[in-house]
Amino acid sequence: MSIGRREFMQGALGLSALAALHGCAATGKGRGHVVVVGGGFGGATAAKYIALWGGGIRVTLVERNAAFVSCPISNLVLAGEKQLSDITLGYEGLAKYGVTVVQDEVTAVDADRRLVRLARGGDLAWDRLVLSPGVDFLYDDLPGLQPVAARQAILHAWKAGPQTVALRRQLEAMPDGGVFALTIPKAPYRCPPGPYERASTVAWYLKQAKPRSKVLVLDANEDIVSKKGLFMKAWADHYKGIIEYRPQSELRDVDVAGRTAVLEFDKVKADVLNVVPPHRAGDIAVNAGLKLVNQRWVDIDWLTMEATGTPGVHVIGDAIFPAPTMPKSGHMANQHAKLAAAAIVNLLSGLPPPDAPLVMNTCYSFIDNISAVHVSSVHAWDPATRLVQPVKGAGGLSPAPTEAEGRFALSWAKNIWADMLT
Amino acid sequence: MEEWKVAGALVLGLACSGAWAADPNLGRNLAAGCAGCHGTDGNSVGGTASLAGMPRDRLLARIGEFRSGAKPATIMHQISKGYSDEQLALIADYFASRKPAGGER
Ligand code: HEC
Repeated sequence: MSIGRREFMQGALGLSALAALHGCAATGKGRGHVVVVGGGFGGATAAKYIALWGGGIRVTLVERNAAFVSCPISNLVLAGEKQLSDITLGYEGLAKYGVTVVQDEVTAVDADRRLVRLARGGDLAWDRLVLSPGVDFLYDDLPGLQPVAARQAILHAWKAGPQTVALRRQLEAMPDGGVFALTIPKAPYRCPPGPYERASTVAWYLKQAKPRSKVLVLDANEDIVSKKGLFMKAWADHYKGIIEYRPQSELRDVDVAGRTAVLEFDKVKADVLNVVPPHRAGDIAVNAGLKLVNQRWVDIDWLTMEATGTPGVHVIGDAIFPAPTMPKSGHMANQHAKLAAAAIVNLLSGLPPPDAPLVMNTCYSFIDNISAVHVSSVHAWDPATRLVQPVKGAGGLSPAPTEAEGRFALSWAKNIWADMLT
Repeated sequence: MEEWKVAGALVLGLACSGAWAADPNLGRNLAAGCAGCHGTDGNSVGGTASLAGMPRDRLLARIGEFRSGAKPATIMHQISKGYSDEQLALIADYFASRKPAGGER
């Protein structure tokens, strides 16, 4: 989607009020204006840290939702252990850093003219743009899920929010002895251990509330993608006869009325069918015409997080083509945001970006309502490949699930939410 | 915008010619990696230790214990092995220079 030049100019001219408000940094005071699109783990962190480190850089965060809802911990909402309100946070805390939060949706990016168009009308001018659009789902190869009504019946709940609550209701309404089937797309997808955590926390709930029920995991991958040994042991120890795992079971279509997953050689009927569709970089990154890898993920420069071939447009979070062994996780998005923030602050001061970026990741997963395991890694700049590469000898897995790590998982969530938003 | 480009090019040129000093913000940038669990600038909002204002030597001693295994940990032994001694010293300096936020932590 490209916007006609004239159309864009008219939009910009028609909006002198907004222009006065947001101005053009090159002519105004201060050190420039950064627009951040998307207020998740990546975007909210970027907005806060650019304002915190930027000494005079103006920051506008554009987010379509009124509040942030966290994907991490949402599998405990499905288990009935947490409420949606426990994983929902407002954006008001960003004001004290000087971040202007605009509730709107960006419908187009003009990288040449350095503008974004807003759904409610008007354009915002920027000196540097940060896109943190997360993922959008690909329904092209799932004909049954193309009608909107079908997607209201067969949920993904892979973006936390109303779908999380709706899936919880489906689980509550499921009869004892029913089947909850979860389909997992081929990697890479958002949150590698997430589906296996979901199988575990839902199995925990069913074991308490509806003990004759089953959890059927239909995985398009060859094998469990993350924390394999830990999940297999937890399932054998706690959910024997409840969780059944089927690798190489790629979803081909969905019979919505029959709540049936259509696989290559099989059809699986469920009482609650939860489809995590394949995904790619969020639409706004794709529509902006950025260079994609495998037609799905934005190719970036790890020194600045700028999209390859589109200077001035920085892309972070799940939307990027990851560095080797790097997961698509909220923690990683938070770290990308800080690389982008440091680079942008330097660039707007006429300095080169930091030359040795380093990031680290931790993903906690619950295996029931209180016990968790983690996987961690550290990734450091490697000039030879121009990528951040996993540091050998660092990181690793929990030896076994513990309640102590369950408590650390919750304190991780609280601290990282605060690091983004307060 | 044009001035900026020229200035940037000049600075980049300097950086490439080796005249650029060490990054003064390296400690800050590295320490920001710890914030996901220990809070922004090391001010934890609960469940983990606050690192803001922690004396440099104490922080480095704790990390040393995690790395050697002298102090058992759930995760810090794995994370701390991802940083060089020089990087950890910069991180320790940065946290030591931060004001602890008031109130109960
Ligand atoms: C994924 C979460 C996480 C991250 C990221 C993290 N820590 Fe920790 N930290 C912990 C936990 C949990 C403990 C308690 C020990 C344990 O179980 O590993 C801890 C303990 C510590 C302690 C001991 C505090 C005391 O007084 O007992 C220090 C010092 C520390 N961390 C420093 C750091 C530094 C420096 C970084 C960044 C390089 C960092 N941590 C990153 C989770 C984290």
